[in-house]
Amino acid sequence: MSNLRWKLITVATVFVVFFAVGVYPLIAARFGITGPTWLTSRALKLGLDLKGGVHLVLRVQTDKALLTETESDLERLRQLLTDRSIQVTSIASTGPSSFKVEGIQAGQEGAFRDAAAELDSVFNRSPGANGTYTFAMKPNIDVQLRSEAVVQARQTIERRVNELGVTEPQIAQQGTNGDQILVQLPGVTDIAKAKEIMGSTGFLELKIVERMGSTREELLVNGQVAEGMEVVPGTSGAPGEPPAYYLLRKAAAVTGRDLRNARPSIDQNNRPAVSFTLNPEGGRKFGAVTSANIGRQLAIVLDGRVQSAPRIDGRITTDGQIFGSFTPEEVQNLSLILRTGALPADLTYLEERTIGPTLGQDSIRSGMIASGAGLLSIIIFMLIYYKLSGVNAVIALLFNLVILLGLMAYVGAVMTLPGIAGFVLTMGIGVDSNVLIFERIKEELEQQRGVRASINAGFARVFWTLFDTHIAALISVAFLFQFGTGPIRGFAVTLFFGLMSNLFTSIFVSKTFFEMELAARGQATSLSI
Amino acid sequence: MHIFKNTNFDFLRWRWHAIILSWVVIIAGAFVLFTKGLPLGVEFAGGTSVIAQFETQPSIDTVRGAVAKNFGNDIIVQDYGDPQAHQFMIRVPHVGEESGTSLTNTSGQIQDALKAAGVGNFQIVGTEIVGPAVGQELRSRGLWATVLSLLGILGYLAFRFQFSFGVGAVVATIHDLLITLAFLAFFRYDMSLNVIAAVLTIAGFSTNDTIVIFDRIRENLRGMRRDSMNHVINVSINQTLGRTVITSGTALLTALALFFFGGDVLHGFAFTMIVGIVTGTYSSVFIAAAIISFWRGQAPTRAAAHAPATVAAAPVPQQPTRKQKPQRKARAS
Repeated sequence: MSNLRWKLITVATVFVVFFAVGVYPLIAARFGITGPTWLTSRALKLGLDLKGGVHLVLRVQTDKALLTETESDLERLRQLLTDRSIQVTSIASTGPSSFKVEGIQAGQEGAFRDAAAELDSVFNRSPGANGTYTFAMKPNIDVQLRSEAVVQARQTIERRVNELGVTEPQIAQQGTNGDQILVQLPGVTDIAKAKEIMGSTGFLELKIVERMGSTREELLVNGQVAEGMEVVPGTSGAPGEPPAYYLLRKAAAVTGRDLRNARPSIDQNNRPAVSFTLNPEGGRKFGAVTSANIGRQLAIVLDGRVQSAPRIDGRITTDGQIFGSFTPEEVQNLSLILRTGALPADLTYLEERTIGPTLGQDSIRSGMIASGAGLLSIIIFMLIYYKLSGVNAVIALLFNLVILLGLMAYVGAVMTLPGIAGFVLTMGIGVDSNVLIFERIKEELEQQRGVRASINAGFARVFWTLFDTHIAALISVAFLFQFGTGPIRGFAVTLFFGLMSNLFTSIFVSKTFFEMELAARGQATSLSI
Repeated sequence: MHIFKNTNFDFLRWRWHAIILSWVVIIAGAFVLFTKGLPLGVEFAGGTSVIAQFETQPSIDTVRGAVAKNFGNDIIVQDYGDPQAHQFMIRVPHVGEESGTSLTNTSGQIQDALKAAGVGNFQIVGTEIVGPAVGQELRSRGLWATVLSLLGILGYLAFRFQFSFGVGAVVATIHDLLITLAFLAFFRYDMSLNVIAAVLTIAGFSTNDTIVIFDRIRENLRGMRRDSMNHVINVSINQTLGRTVITSGTALLTALALFFFGGDVLHGFAFTMIVGIVTGTYSSVFIAAAIISFWRGQAPTRAAAHAPATVAAAPVPQQPTRKQKPQRKARAS
């Protein structure tokens, strides 16, 4: 008797807890009750397909990140060679993670090897014919740099999305190579802006201008770009800037990495501009370069385009301004992008999905109607077929749904359309468990056993069947979760919780109700089943 | 109330008919798959799909014509959702160049084409743009999920039951997947992520059904030591028949509810579920049990091998036990 009392207390406690976590916030939201926030804040959240919003999958061009690294090491080597006056005919990258040095003079090979030893921690060096050396990045460094690039890109996107003020964004790495980034922005409708802000590399470089020209060819020497120089196009159609191409020194005076802050402002002509502040180290570098180049032009290069090239009038240290032909909105976006740091590499969009809020509402409505219809037809069937025992089954079923809602709300799972399907499937599994038990009880009753013995035998015998079926289902769910993306994961999560709660409700809750009824009736000779 | 009471159907007698029927469906499905292919949803095939809501309902041909002018004939235009909503799903196989922000270009071009054709005011309520690389990855992930979960189930059943039971369950599940694919091909449903979720659910449902019967076989093997395996299988299927029909029936009810009320997004999912529930039930009775029967069917169960051969209720003629038993051992090991 006291055993039964404890079981009932357990069942009641579980019900109250899960009802409070899973169902109460939904009711409170529906009827506008301002309940305790520690409860309502956990309300089950709707996924993108139900709420509406933007879903993007981006790929980080890790090759580009690697190339940037290789180029910077290559420039470092060039500088070393110049400092030690070692002559070579060319140093050029041959791929994202390799470069080649040609034309080392015979007598200087030893000196070259000494200089090149500086790069030994990053590159494998192999000599070729006629004073040629090939440098290939070490595989472990290659892998490490690629994964760093993706992590950095993810963090940058997170910062940018946070600055945009999107509530509950989801940003995660995915893909077999791990180079994809999933971005979900619920409730966002201005996709163009979101994409521009996330996708702009935002790499700022300040470089000294050597020469300007109206065509690219004008700036070439014998059809080639001079060593240590590069040709960069200007922004097209900018007023008051006739030259379209700039010959710049490749080594940047400062880059976006030296930035401490960036904010919208206006330039001396009252046009929108972005003011920036460099960190102390960047300020020192910038001061050195500007004081050495007074009177020359400084190109402000953003993502491979010269925005403007003002003349350096004096030594500048930590504060500067980017001006060009910007609209106020562009200035807002640009300062956000600069403030949150550059992306380590370009991004490409693999997948883009927008769900308008009306479409989401339609899906919710039809999902709800379908689940309701399914639930109702099951309840009617169980009550007709199993009579009074059917009431037990229905209670167990509803209990199951309450626990499922509570678990999902508690772990902060998101309700998606396949998630609704997972609910429906959970109802199906719940019915199956009850049917298994009830059919077994019927069989036992037919063998002329007592009601109590039949019920006990029914539950006991079916336990291992339920155990096996649930474990097998959990095995599939685990792989669904592991390999699934987005909606399939949502489905797997729902199903996982559904299986767990169903084991509890069908074995423990339903049995407790049977025991309660038997206890109330005393000597039972028949069972309505 | 009872649907079935003390039935005594000889299910194994029909196993050959069942196997032939299954092969016919699977081969027909394979034929359709190879000749017409499986229509792939945007997430697998790549491309751009736009859901446009019109103020007044234009005819589907007007919309198709307007888009076909710019995108050629390889486009799909379908009614979408509630007919009162005047919504169309327009799909083209093109994707903008995969860099920068240009992925949206195709969706813009579709809108331009619709505006140029003057089919009335509309607004875009949803877009889906998927590059070709994504579909490839989804396919391989879906395949891995299926293969590994099948192996996992095989391992678990081999551990909990016997190896032959594991094989029976897995073969039955593969059978269900093939039949479902065949029906998807017959009825031309788009292969989408939701459909994949349904297919994997079916794998779970089918094993569930099979395990219930196997569990009863295992239990009966303890009590019916002198009967042949075939007899035990038949008795077990008959004993669980009520449960099998009720469970499948209620599951079918929910799947039908999803099919009729779940809206367009869940249509493919619900259809797949309906097919899967029917074939899953059928395969656990006729296919999974038949596998065990082929594997070790005529041999009496373990204890009976040492007793004098008894005439079992099995319809198939009894084989001498001495021949059969070493053979089973050899195959099982």
